[in-house]
Amino acid sequence: MKGIGTINLPFRAMLVLSWRNLWRNHRRTMIMLAAISVGVWAMIFMTALMRGMVDDMLRQGIQNLPGHIQIHHPDFRNDPSIVNSIDAPSGDLLNALNDPSTKAWSTRIKVPAIIASERETRGINLLGIEPEAETIISGIGGQIIEGRFLLDRHDKGLVIGAKLAERLETRLGKRVVVISQDPENNIAERGFKVVGIYKAKMPGLEEFNVYAALGTLQTLLKIGNQISEITIVDDDFRDIEVLYQNIKQATPENLEIKAWYELDAYLKYMLNMMDGFVLVWVIIIFLALSFGLVNTLVMAVFERVREIGLIQALGMRPGMIVYQILLESLLLLLIGLGIGNLLAIITVKPLESGLDISIVAEGLAMMGASSMLYPSLTASDMILANTVVIILGILTSILPAWRAAKLDPVQAINST
Amino acid sequence: MSNVSLRLAWRNLWRHKRRTWLTVGAMIFSNSLLVFSISLQFGSYEMMIDNTLQAFSGHIQLQHEQYLDDPKMRHNLPNIVTTAKRLRNELKLENIGARAAGFALASSRDRSYGIQILGVEPLYESRISSIPGLIKEGQFLQQDSYDEIVIGSILARNLKITIGDELTFIGSGLDNSFAAGVVRVVGIFESGIADLDRSMAEVSLAYFDDSFAMRGKGHSIAIRANNIEAVTNLQIRIEALVDNQNHLAVRHWEELQPGLKQAIQADMTSAWFMYIVLIILVAFSVLNTQLMSVLERTREFGTMMALGLKPSNLSRLVVVETSLMAGLGLLLGIAVGFVITWYLSIVGFYYPGMEEMAVKFNLPDRMYPEVSLISLTLGPGIVAFGSLVASIYPATRLYRLLPIEAMRAV
Repeated sequence: MKGIGTINLPFRAMLVLSWRNLWRNHRRTMIMLAAISVGVWAMIFMTALMRGMVDDMLRQGIQNLPGHIQIHHPDFRNDPSIVNSIDAPSGDLLNALNDPSTKAWSTRIKVPAIIASERETRGINLLGIEPEAETIISGIGGQIIEGRFLLDRHDKGLVIGAKLAERLETRLGKRVVVISQDPENNIAERGFKVVGIYKAKMPGLEEFNVYAALGTLQTLLKIGNQISEITIVDDDFRDIEVLYQNIKQATPENLEIKAWYELDAYLKYMLNMMDGFVLVWVIIIFLALSFGLVNTLVMAVFERVREIGLIQALGMRPGMIVYQILLESLLLLLIGLGIGNLLAIITVKPLESGLDISIVAEGLAMMGASSMLYPSLTASDMILANTVVIILGILTSILPAWRAAKLDPVQAINST
Repeated sequence: MSNVSLRLAWRNLWRHKRRTWLTVGAMIFSNSLLVFSISLQFGSYEMMIDNTLQAFSGHIQLQHEQYLDDPKMRHNLPNIVTTAKRLRNELKLENIGARAAGFALASSRDRSYGIQILGVEPLYESRISSIPGLIKEGQFLQQDSYDEIVIGSILARNLKITIGDELTFIGSGLDNSFAAGVVRVVGIFESGIADLDRSMAEVSLAYFDDSFAMRGKGHSIAIRANNIEAVTNLQIRIEALVDNQNHLAVRHWEELQPGLKQAIQADMTSAWFMYIVLIILVAFSVLNTQLMSVLERTREFGTMMALGLKPSNLSRLVVVETSLMAGLGLLLGIAVGFVITWYLSIVGFYYPGMEEMAVKFNLPDRMYPEVSLISLTLGPGIVAFGSLVASIYPATRLYRLLPIEAMRAV
């Protein structure tokens, strides 16, 4: 036996061997490849759709807040009244806000009010804004469909939603009366000319949010330089911690500062749920695939029992047999992943310009999503799907490979 | 042939125990997953529909035909109370109540908010809407309530008022006159639906009629059917009863709450995408197994053909084998799925952070899947069907088999 010794094939030879073994039963391999490809495609495709929808919900939700970080009077969120106003930022806070690391910030007034046209009356959310900064933060400036947006903080006009205009039976250029109250609890009212009409992605907002210039409202409500809130945006809503901590440091003790995920628990939940969903979905698909994978390998080993016995008798160590079967499995997985990823990219890319799902628009509005779905193929989701398939795929292949290695050469050669 | 071929098929199945079990395992896995998630879906949809409709809108509403798109004071129905009474008598259903709605500015001593004021028939409202049952403080309106109001909990907090306090409201009446009044808060409700709790108030229809100069007119008659399945039938009966009235529309809940239906549809679509992928993967598994089992028996099949069996007999054998396998997966899958789902339908199903989602869709913070015949059989049935479809290719291969060559095959 000494003369023969044990055989250690180089990696290249093992690769060629595994590759050829894979195609000995090409039908079976093709079916398994098809299954892996469909599975991987479904993993990535579905994830891209869901990711796109959730990202959109988050972006919408954050634009409606608006902003990534908000500063209020501690009582304002419970009692959104003019009484709970705060002073315009100054000192440390102003310096922190003006730091170049802040993308944009703005001060706003937000009070409940009544709007009345000649024919109808409605309850609204009256917003006093700084037009330029507001456009960056909530995007409202870009949604004007008729007329113009507010020009500066002393603009005398009013911008209302298309839906509200319809409800009030009013239109561009007409006058409406806005009624609210000042901190002394006196009625504060004023006629405004409708200078612009906007259309929001969320129909509900159109009926509710009415925009006026900050300075004009401060005069109307007799609050001097006071405001209801400060809103701040960073570059990416997922990555705001540095900015949040910096501004928090500079915020006076008597004010409340909150990040978007603290302001709206639903948004935070959606983000967490999405990450959870991706993992669960990928694992479920993998499990459904794993039965077929194990089956294929078990069959591949079964057909080759004699052959395996023979090469064992010739001196190939059990480890090498495990290695060879695992290499076969790995090749199968890699080709399947390649096709699956490619399919996913090919099918998702044309949809990235937007998928119109407005047939269920009102249902989506209920969830907080808009009626255009923009699938989002993220590298991290793709990496997750591929990693899970490779790692779990190799793990499930160990059992059949190990069984093959444990065969007794003498019995194996004699088996039929 | 049946008995013999059944036994033959069954034995063939167990020639490769491990392979058969792996394929059946894939079926059991998918089937139990399908049973669980379809049951969960049905359970949560039903809960969503019930909770949303019970809160306020009811199952059916009679409205002016333009009121749905354009809810204005002037789109009203005449003699609303008598119409409601007539419907109650004719349909022999008590869950019917008339309503009128208006918009007003409500002021307490130190706050003012715009609100929706609803005039309701106190006696019947509690049979339609869950709001009367959700009074947190005080009580709901009584039949003879006049200048009394019930408001939502967030509104009460925002107005800083409580039971017994007075509230002034100003709005405009049907004839564009000034509608104003001073009412006493007798009840505060908490529905958990932020929109209602923030901006809704209810007074008696009689008081609303006087304050808003309605002269017997109203905006809707809300009807709650005994169960959701009865709604469409009820709608047809009501339409027959009122078809002589002008400008009147009988609205189904799907029209009243389009968002609800569409949210369910959107969820259904994405769920079915996932189910179909699972089913396809199982079908591939079956295809693989059956193709292998046909290929490795080439010699055997050749011999059987030489002995006089026709390709059709052989392919039937393959189909019977697949059916047995699919049947096994079906039964075991339903059994496993049933046990899991039934257990969760008792203890409830929960995942962390679900409360926020639940609030948004009027769901409780634990979900209870609903085990039904459909939810048990629908998914597994499709899996079994998909498996049979997958066996077509291996079965048809037998028609191309030539006995002599087949017998020589290795």
